[in-house]
Amino acid sequence: MALLEARGLIKIFGKLTALNGADLTVAENEFHGLIGPNGSGKSTLMKCVAGAEIPTSGTVTFGGRDISQASPAERARAGMSLKFQITSVLPALTLYDNILLALQAQCSLPSLVFSRSRGVLHDRAMAMLEQFRLVDRAAEPASALSHGQQQWLEIAMALAPEPKLLLLDEPTGGMSLEERRVTGELLQPIKKKCSLVIVEHDLDFIRDICDRLTVLDQGSVLDCGSVAHIQSSARVQEVYLRRA
Amino acid sequence: MTETTPTTSLPLPVRVGHQRRWQVLPIIEIVVLAIAVLLPFVLKDYLTIYATRVLILCLFALSFDLVWGYAGIMSFGQAVFFGTAGYGVALIARDLGVTSILLVLPAGLLIGFAFALLLGGFLLLGRHPSSVIFVSLGTLTGSYAADRVARGWYYLGGQNGIPSIPPMSLGSYDITEGPVYYYMTLGILLAVYLLCRFLVRSQFGLALAGLRENEQRIAFFGYQVQRLKAIIFSFAGAVAGLAGSLYAFHEGFVWPNMLGVVISTQVVLYVLFGGSGTLIGAVIGTVAIEAVSFWLSNSYQDIWPIILGVLLLLVILFRPAGLISLILSERERVGNFGRLPEEGDRGSS
Repeated sequence: MALLEARGLIKIFGKLTALNGADLTVAENEFHGLIGPNGSGKSTLMKCVAGAEIPTSGTVTFGGRDISQASPAERARAGMSLKFQITSVLPALTLYDNILLALQAQCSLPSLVFSRSRGVLHDRAMAMLEQFRLVDRAAEPASALSHGQQQWLEIAMALAPEPKLLLLDEPTGGMSLEERRVTGELLQPIKKKCSLVIVEHDLDFIRDICDRLTVLDQGSVLDCGSVAHIQSSARVQEVYLRRA
Repeated sequence: MTETTPTTSLPLPVRVGHQRRWQVLPIIEIVVLAIAVLLPFVLKDYLTIYATRVLILCLFALSFDLVWGYAGIMSFGQAVFFGTAGYGVALIARDLGVTSILLVLPAGLLIGFAFALLLGGFLLLGRHPSSVIFVSLGTLTGSYAADRVARGWYYLGGQNGIPSIPPMSLGSYDITEGPVYYYMTLGILLAVYLLCRFLVRSQFGLALAGLRENEQRIAFFGYQVQRLKAIIFSFAGAVAGLAGSLYAFHEGFVWPNMLGVVISTQVVLYVLFGGSGTLIGAVIGTVAIEAVSFWLSNSYQDIWPIILGVLLLLVILFRPAGLISLILSERERVGNFGRLPEEGDRGSS
């Protein structure tokens, strides 16, 4: 059974139809890329899956449960985690507190008030910072990081609660070539732990890490399949050449 | 590709959250407390009474700092909880003859809590997070409506309020205004301050900081942001209720202004002037504004409100983080959250 299934998603903003019957299926431990020209509906599809937008029609099931109308918090509690397109770390808090904030989201109120889970979560917070090469800067405010490091911190925050599905919206946006390469390295180990849906403009990057790709054009799925299949798809090439 | 395997128990290259560097905040807190303890020894009696009123307003200011400074909820209606608790205990004293401190203060606290839960539930517990504008205008309207209701309700004394409230008592001892009331209020303020400090420096405080910094982001972590807001709003309402009941017995009467927009705005100014999100900033702001008002009203009887207004404007324009930011760093203001157990305890809690 697929971990995530979105069927016939339509999203209309006023006179604009951003999604026009889009489908998306993601299996467990699959890295799935969403590509397409600007305005093709990639980010809207991601938002409909994460709960930032409620689709005008269509269904989203996650782990066999219909979550089409669920709030972002309910989806997060079901095991979904999102990294926004625009970096949204909490700049005034330290890197450590940013991670701890993500880790403790599902702790009970008494546990938070009496800080009971801090000891248990400490090692996990430090391990996440270590994994994303930020451990030496744990006590610094997030605002002190470079843009690329803030992106890493946000991926670490999204991964910290050990989600079943990680949604990354343009994780390498604004990064240097070297930072993109390192980001690819950092993402590779998580394949054993969760599935990934990634929206990305850098086709080389997405080709290197994804198992399957879905190509969107004008709010609809143009093609879907393995990386090799998409690379050889005449329809996909036509769309990209048309927009180039 | 290089795979980085996280270790399960890492050495700590930095003592995260427990740096042993010099901290300014505890020093400020101790100095303020020491001054407050010694004040009645140097003040004349009428000034001790005035200082007691200021301490009660400090308690009220803490309630606003909790909602705005820590949770980012802009409440222009804190006076609703201050005033309803004041009226509530005044009615209990007038109609039931109950003045025992052991009953009236918990009653005031509960009244503040209940009204905050009602108003907060209405404004904050919708399906989608409420906007700052909606909450600001909603609380402002609540304050205005409460003021109008009190003015028009004969049972509550109408425009004149409820006069001649008997003094609060402990057994057969009446607690009247003066040094005893002052130290009792100081003790309550200290206890509430420490409780608030415990709360905002806990992991719950970290959740509040997340709420203040980026509410949408933390909803995607799984936080129930509306519920978090309603909890802190109700807790702050209880603190305002406690302050309102102390105020009612100290002044000996309650009147509609206690519920209104003017005092609701006044408490916003106390906190913005002193510095929000530090607790001690709320105390310093209240003392500074009240002291300057007192001095100016004696020295410049006709133009003192104008001078005070300009002073407030200057501080808010040039020190948006308030007076406290002159001596307190941003990092210390944000602070750390939760107690980190010693190495041996970690993993076993």
